[in-house]
Formats: sequence, C-alpha cells, structure tokens
Amino acid sequence: MRERTFAPGRILIYLVVSLVAAAWLAPLAVVVLNSLRSNEEIAQASMIGWPKQWAWSNYATAWSGFCVAETCAGIRPYMLNSALVTIPATIFSTLLGAVAGYAISLWRFRGDSWIYGIVTLGLFLPQQMRLLPWTIVLRDTGLMNTLTGLVVIHTIQGLSFTVLFCRNYYTAIPPDLIRAARIDGAGFFRIFWRIILPLSPPILVVTVIWQFTHIWNEFLYGVTFTTGQQQPVTAALIALSAAVADIPQHGVQSAAVMIAALPTLLIYLIGGKYFVRGLTAGAVK
Amino acid sequence: MTIAVSTTPGRPAASDWVRRLPEYLTIWVPLLMSAAHLIAFTLWTIWISFTPSTLVPVSGWVGLRNYSAVAASRNWQIALDNLLLFGSAFVLLSLASGLILAILLDQRIRGENLLRSIFLYPLAVSFVVTGTVWSWLLNPGLGIQKLVRDLGWISFRFDWLIDRDMAIWTIVIAAIWQSSGFAMALFLAGLRSVDADLIKAAQIDGAGPIRMYRRVILPTLWPITITVIVIQLQFAISTFDLVRALTNGGPGIATQLPALVVYDLMFQRSLLGRGAAAAVLMLLILLAVLLPYAAWRYVQRRRAIHA
Repeated sequence: MRERTFAPGRILIYLVVSLVAAAWLAPLAVVVLNSLRSNEEIAQASMIGWPKQWAWSNYATAWSGFCVAETCAGIRPYMLNSALVTIPATIFSTLLGAVAGYAISLWRFRGDSWIYGIVTLGLFLPQQMRLLPWTIVLRDTGLMNTLTGLVVIHTIQGLSFTVLFCRNYYTAIPPDLIRAARIDGAGFFRIFWRIILPLSPPILVVTVIWQFTHIWNEFLYGVTFTTGQQQPVTAALIALSAAVADIPQHGVQSAAVMIAALPTLLIYLIGGKYFVRGLTAGAVK
Repeated sequence: MTIAVSTTPGRPAASDWVRRLPEYLTIWVPLLMSAAHLIAFTLWTIWISFTPSTLVPVSGWVGLRNYSAVAASRNWQIALDNLLLFGSAFVLLSLASGLILAILLDQRIRGENLLRSIFLYPLAVSFVVTGTVWSWLLNPGLGIQKLVRDLGWISFRFDWLIDRDMAIWTIVIAAIWQSSGFAMALFLAGLRSVDADLIKAAQIDGAGPIRMYRRVILPTLWPITITVIVIQLQFAISTFDLVRALTNGGPGIATQLPALVVYDLMFQRSLLGRGAAAAVLMLLILLAVLLPYAAWRYVQRRRAIHA
C-alpha cells in the first residue's frame, strides 16, 4: 500500500540506496583489489586503484611468508591460534548455555531468576573491569599466554550471551511438555536430550554464529593475555602494521586483512539471517 | 532466593540428592562460575582502585587518591571530551542514517535482502579490520586524498587522520560505517511491526506519505529509538579496538578514549590502582546510561501489565 504513494520518488529511492550501498562496499572492494596489487604499485599510486598486474603472490606471502617480530611464518600460525580458541570456546559456551538456559526456563530451581539476572549483567559489564582479575587468575593458574586461558575466558564470559539466547528461546516451549515427561519418569538429562535438543537447532545456530563471530573478532583479551606466537589473528594484524611501519607492504597487508576477515565474512554470507537474529535478540534483552 | 524449610514436602531425600548430583553440578557450576566471576571481578577491581597498587596489587587504602589522579590527568580529560563528542556524533548520525535507510528499504523496493546484507556486513568484521582499512583510506598520502589529487585536483585536502582537531571524526566515520546497519535492522523491524490498521485508517483520512511517517509511523518507533541509543552509547563508551587500529589514540593523544586510558595505565605504565580507578569511572559512565534505561524499561513493563 505504501508502494504506490511514493511512486514519483522511486527512482530517487533507488539512487540513494544504491549510492549508500556502493559506499558501504567500497572499503571491501579497496582491500580486495589491493590484496591483488604489488606493494610497489600501491606505493607509486594510492590505495585505491585497479591492479595493473594481478599479484596473487600477496596471498602466499601473507599466509606463510612475511615476518612479525622475529618470526617469518606469515599469518598462518595466528589463524590457527584464533581457530583453536574460537572453536572450543564457541562449542563449550553454547552447550553450557543451552543446558543452563533449559534449566532456568523449564526445569526451574531455587534461585533461578536471581542467578539468571546476575549472569546477564555480564552483557553490560565493560571488559576493562575484568582485565586485572583475569590477569591474576591466569597467572595463578599458569594459563597466562596460553590459548587455553583464552578459551576459559571466552567460555565463561560467553555464557552471559548463550544463557540469554537459549533461555529466551526455551521459555516458548510449553512447560506441560516437560511436566508430562517428568511424570513418565524422565530425568533432567533425558528430557534435555530427547525433547529440548531436538527443538533447539534454530537457537543453537544463532548462538554458534554469534559466539564464533565475537570470539574470532575479539582483540582486547588477545592482546593483553598473549604475546608473540600465542596471539590470535586480530592482535597479530596490529603487530603486523607496527612491524612494517617503516617499509609498508600494503599489498601483503591487505591480503592478510582479507584472510583474517574471511572466516566471519563467510559465516555471515552463509548464515546472515541467523547472525541478524542474534543481533536483534541481544538488543531486545 | 528462599531458604528451604526442612519440612518442605518436595524436598529430596539424601540418596535422591546424591543420585541427582550430576544434574546439580551441570546446572550450577557454569552459572555460578559466570555469576561469581562477574561479582568478584567487579568488587576486586573496585577494591584495587582504592589501594596504592602499582606494578602488582597490594593492600592498603589511599581513599580517592587514584580517582583524583586520573581525573586530573590530561589523558583522561581529553578522553572524556572525545567520548562526549564521539558518543553524541556517532549516536546521532547512526540513528539518522539507520532510520533513513530503514524507511527507504521499507518502500517495498527490489533487492531489499541484498541491500540489507550490504548495510549489515561490516558488523560481521572485527573492529581491528575496520580500523586498519579505514586508516588506509583516510591516510592522506595513501587513500582518498591521494586518489583525488592524482585525478587532477591538486589542492584537495582530506587529512583528518593527521589533524589533531579533526582526527576524532575519523573514528566517527569508521564507527558509523561499521554499525549504522544495526540501527537500520532494528528500525526496519519496528517499521514492519506497525499496526496495519493504523496505516489504513490514516490513508482513509487522506494522509500523504510524509504526513503518514511523521504523524503515524515514526511515533511508534520511539521505544526502539531509545534501545538503539542505549546500545550505541554502550558501544561508544567501551570503544577500544577501533581506535587502537585506526589512530592508536593519535596524533599525539588527540583521539584518546577512556578504554585506551585504562589499558595504558594498567599495562603500559603499570599503575594498577589508577588503571582500576579509570575502569571504575568507565563503569560509572556506563551506569549513568544504563540505570535510567533500566528504570524506563521497568516502568514500561509495569504499564504494559496494568494496561
């Protein structure tokens, strides 16, 4: 119905949204193109331009060639670090969040709403308030500068989000379903496996995508609690920019940026719908 | 939380309790770890902010001395000024662009899904990547200024990145690029949930499209607007990665923000007490935004129940 009333301005609407879309895509296009131009070509012209020769070798150098600090292994070890932190932390926080969300929303136990309230405060508490305590905890447990330490941090902190997502989803399941199963003698875990989990794929996809994206993109903990070869890829990108500050290698750096951004971009391309659902679910807490 | 009275009929027997131990452990261990770390970490950081800790945490009491030292430092004052400017500019501009984009996308245009994906994709990318890319684009010797000059406009200037007075605006630009899609997504959801009868009634009254938006549709969006403002402010207050990658607080300390000051005090100057005090100040700024919001949400909910 709103379609016809705006008819004269429709060309203008298409013009504006196309221009904005172009502006939104431009930074991505610039990086993709630069990742295929040689360092010399960029140094002569500007960052913005069409490759004269396709320098595919940038990707090989970025992946396994260039040097950060004293090691010349490219971005590969840092990508591996990020994967080794992100994948376990995503799985743990999602599973624990699903069980806890189920317990809070359907099983009900003494103090459930209290603990839920406290856990979701974690959505708001700034990371800066937790930096020093985590430093002490990691040091005392010997997990400082380890990937395990980052997995522990992201699992515990991720619970605030995963519990919220799952709890809100499970409250829509009729409690009678659980009551009937309990009368039939099914216990906590049995109900979870047989009833809750089969109903969960939609929310688990949202939670996994959300957690993966956030942990992969996280920087502050990575740069604070790890150094050198243990750093995740976000911290390594910053170290790379600093390392090449004197003789910039923008072609290779662009390729490194593309590689680092690729996992979350791919997930967005495949599961964008679920990603947006997570965004809005987190917003309307 | 209520304490169980021993005669409660449903109270499990001791053997039952043992049998259900795995269940209790699975429920309580993760939740308690999460809740305990939030409470203990917050209290501990607050406590450290009142101690003379420097390189390592020590006990002792210095009252508000750390706070006054932070508040008196030039770094913090610049960070607060920047936060005020960055926060308000970023929130207002991302609200405006998000709302305009949402209204445009709501005109049943072709390719809406594609456009929406384009406006939202920066949210899937890390702030480190965003900051790095924009630092190239805004670098006068490398990015947009160089391009325009190479095209023949020799006197063209766009050097905010190295201009002390304008550098904070580069952060605004990058932040808007990254997250106004978020405002758009929420507004679009709001526009889609406007009561169709309301629109029909206004159309029967002969309301044109502009009047329709101003009088009928936009007024229903204000709860969403407040949510968007609060979330964007929360983001602005804790901004760290983006600045670290884009300007690293520079030129000089021109783009300093509270989160960078905290990091600098804690891990570069090893002044733990002051760093903790700065972190607590950040929390207080955040609470100044969140508490009124929580109160407002509470009143709204009460009204919804009584209505």
